[in-house]
Amino acid sequence: MSAKKNNVLPGFGLALGYTLVYLSVLVLIPLGGLVLKSTALTFAQFWDIATTERALAAYRVTFGASALAAVINAFFGLIVAWVLVRYDFPGKRLIDSFVDLPFALPTAVAGITLATLYSTNGWIGKYLEPLGLKVAYTPLGIVVALTFIGLPFVVRTLQPVIEDIEPEVEEAAATLGASRWQTFRRIIFPAIFPALLTGFALSFSRAVGEYGSVIFIAGNMPLISEITPLLIISKLEQYDYVGATALAVVMLGISFVLLLAINGLQWWAANRHNNRNTGGEQ
Amino acid sequence: MSVRRANTEPAWVRYTLLTLAFAFLALFLGVPLAAVFAEALRGGWEAYVNGLLDPEARSAVTLTLAVAAIAVPLNVAFGIAASWAIAKFEFRGKSLLITLIDLPFAVSPVIAGLIFVLMFGAQGYFGPWLAEHDVKIVFAVPGIILATLFVTFPFVAREMIPLMQAQGKDEEEAAVSLGASGFQMFWRVTLPNIKWGLLYGVILANARAMGEFGAVSVVSGHIRGETNTLPLHVEILYNEYNAIGAFASASVLALLALVTLVAKTLVEWRMRAETAMLTAELPPEKTN
Amino acid sequence: MSIEIRNIAKRFGNFVALDDVSLSIPTGELVALLGPSGCGKTTLLRIIAGMETADEGQVMFEGSEATHLHARERQVGFVFQHYALFRHMNVFENVAFGLRVKPRKERPSESEIRKRVMDLLSLVQLDWLADRYPTQLSGGQRQRIALARALAVEPKVLLLDEPFGALDTKVRKELRRWLRRLHDEMHISSVFVTHDQEEALEVADRVVVMNKGRIEQVGSPDEVYSNPASPFVYQFLGNVNVFHSRVHGAWAEVARDDVPAGQEAVAFIRPHDIDIDTVATPESLEAKVSYVQTIGPLVRVEVIHQGELVEVELTRERQQVLGLTAGQQVWLKPRQVKVFANGEGAVAPAQAQEKQPFLF
Repeated sequence: MSAKKNNVLPGFGLALGYTLVYLSVLVLIPLGGLVLKSTALTFAQFWDIATTERALAAYRVTFGASALAAVINAFFGLIVAWVLVRYDFPGKRLIDSFVDLPFALPTAVAGITLATLYSTNGWIGKYLEPLGLKVAYTPLGIVVALTFIGLPFVVRTLQPVIEDIEPEVEEAAATLGASRWQTFRRIIFPAIFPALLTGFALSFSRAVGEYGSVIFIAGNMPLISEITPLLIISKLEQYDYVGATALAVVMLGISFVLLLAINGLQWWAANRHNNRNTGGEQ
Repeated sequence: MSVRRANTEPAWVRYTLLTLAFAFLALFLGVPLAAVFAEALRGGWEAYVNGLLDPEARSAVTLTLAVAAIAVPLNVAFGIAASWAIAKFEFRGKSLLITLIDLPFAVSPVIAGLIFVLMFGAQGYFGPWLAEHDVKIVFAVPGIILATLFVTFPFVAREMIPLMQAQGKDEEEAAVSLGASGFQMFWRVTLPNIKWGLLYGVILANARAMGEFGAVSVVSGHIRGETNTLPLHVEILYNEYNAIGAFASASVLALLALVTLVAKTLVEWRMRAETAMLTAELPPEKTN
Repeated sequence: MSIEIRNIAKRFGNFVALDDVSLSIPTGELVALLGPSGCGKTTLLRIIAGMETADEGQVMFEGSEATHLHARERQVGFVFQHYALFRHMNVFENVAFGLRVKPRKERPSESEIRKRVMDLLSLVQLDWLADRYPTQLSGGQRQRIALARALAVEPKVLLLDEPFGALDTKVRKELRRWLRRLHDEMHISSVFVTHDQEEALEVADRVVVMNKGRIEQVGSPDEVYSNPASPFVYQFLGNVNVFHSRVHGAWAEVARDDVPAGQEAVAFIRPHDIDIDTVATPESLEAKVSYVQTIGPLVRVEVIHQGELVEVELTRERQQVLGLTAGQQVWLKPRQVKVFANGEGAVAPAQAQEKQPFLF
């Protein structure tokens, strides 16, 4: 390898070789197997399976609930990130670490807990019941679970960006006569917008694939509150491997597009940053 | 009259934002966490302890620990190898490799399970061969390990790559020029420099390995006392309307989550302190 | 240990870092590799150290082939530009590292290690810092520790990459002299890379001037300064006035448009090699003073000659005699001039050695 020649450090061949083999065996070949399996279908067959009424309803529920949850997270995540970076209050560091709870808490635990909380006699559900709001076992429940799951993404992507905003810029805006709201809208928001969008996309992408926390609270009614991952599992349980594969390929394709979009967003955010810093070192 | 700095909001805005943030976090994080323990203890201590001492629960704990004990070290080895190659050497296709390492994060856990069923299941590519040689992977422990490896795949590597890139290769080159062998260089110079980042990756990977539900659920087959991990055990009890048992096991996992958060925070502080020390201003020159 | 470099070439992608470079460094010399950034000097140093492998050519140590010897077997001490101290080890352990990683048979005992390290630390005058960590040291201290660490393994050659680049001017000057003394005491060959001409001229026995992957000139500091082999060396080392001239055989004519064109050439004259007078002398050039400034012991005079700015340096005493002021009419006469054909090396090295006959 050419890299070897230019470097006195040992282990390149071994490290890269091990990396590639491990990556191939564990990730690339199994994912390739999935795609290969779907090629057993003609395109027409594939299309039929991927666009049955039940499948379309599942996409609607999955993407609709994911988008709604991501919007909620973008809004509240911005507020939480702002508060955590800019304001001082007792227990700030504790709350800051606590934001990662959804990453650390197993999804099944989140699922049964949310289902219990929002059921008609649960801690929260019993106050919503009289208002005519049913959350558990409805699509609304899915939104609640996905909001929980995606919560840290927006906060964690925004925090470092808000920390990086130089106070001088805001002070300059203020000395030029801008109100606080104008400063936010014209100076701060444009600076953090790429990160907000990235956080939204991460949260959305995580929600689309989520399974564990949703199935307990969703009710799982076909056509109404059935998410795509669950539909894949129920096909699998009926030994309909081809059907499960077709749906999985659709999901995989969408995940891949989302991954590319997120990479693109991050590149955009980083590049804007570079342009702003022209003249700095490196 | 209070003097307000140019870059803070009016007091009423600040209090509104603080209230909104607290309310949101309390509703979505605080209340659920409290509910786990409240539900677990609903039937009193005795019912709680009985739930935990149930043989099936204990075998689920054992399996969960065993799976994590296998999956995490394997991914640590991978993470070190990948970050070593990526951070210290130049080669073509590097950014593609980094993207591929992140790929498992973008894949639904259900698909992560499905791909191994398609590979090793009865109707999978290797199914007939495995059946002939009497090897069980899917609906057995090896399948659970594979699925767990997949979902925890990127954790260590993605912590280590930026860290090693930031550290450069000067110190390793210095070690080599002073006569260190590859092993001595790694053990005495590289590892001490990356230990906190490594630990951070291990903490995250471990939490996910022990808590994974979707992927494991697809490949496990739910055989009680054999292929049930703790999260799967929670599901089974919950579906059997054994809420106290389900929440007792869930509380163990919630405790694990809290331990994870504490450990993660401590490591973060430690890393931040070290970065601060490294980027601190040089002390003034003194000539003795 | 003597070092010989034969026809070394090195490319990074399309970038030619070194282009057929040959150089020999006798035992005990302190050599500076001098040049602008990107000239290949650091690459050459890293090839000598074995950190980088050349695409072509050979490296010989003491007359024997070392091209394919691994860095850890070359017995070179390498001092990195940013020190590369092991940040998790204290100063003592940093210096002891090279001894501790020796194979068991060659490894000194713990008490020997202790003695060797403390000796080295007192050599670099930092024995009182043995328990500190690198982050608790100033830049100059770090550099000296890095040097002690490199010397601990008793290298035959000491290689230093921009050793004083990151330090402030005062510390730099001190460390420079100190490095010179250290080198003389250790009786080893040393090579250091620098982009600072003053540093190279002050410290080194020999200076290797490099540009764009090639060696422009090798010589003693005095040689390269007073007898530059190429326009690049002339301009890189010190201030210089550049005159666009024409050459007829051995005769150069500077800035006279009415003479038929000969070969395009450029004449270089250092500001202190120009005489200035208030009255016309034979073969002198007429000019007008535009600015007079006293800088320490020198007086810098800027004059305009046929629309071109010429810099002249005078002693204070000479200026006291002349009393130049802006706007005054003066006459210039170069004492020493060097002419190079345009865009190439020296017109004729043999002639360039002597003073050029000049016609104004």
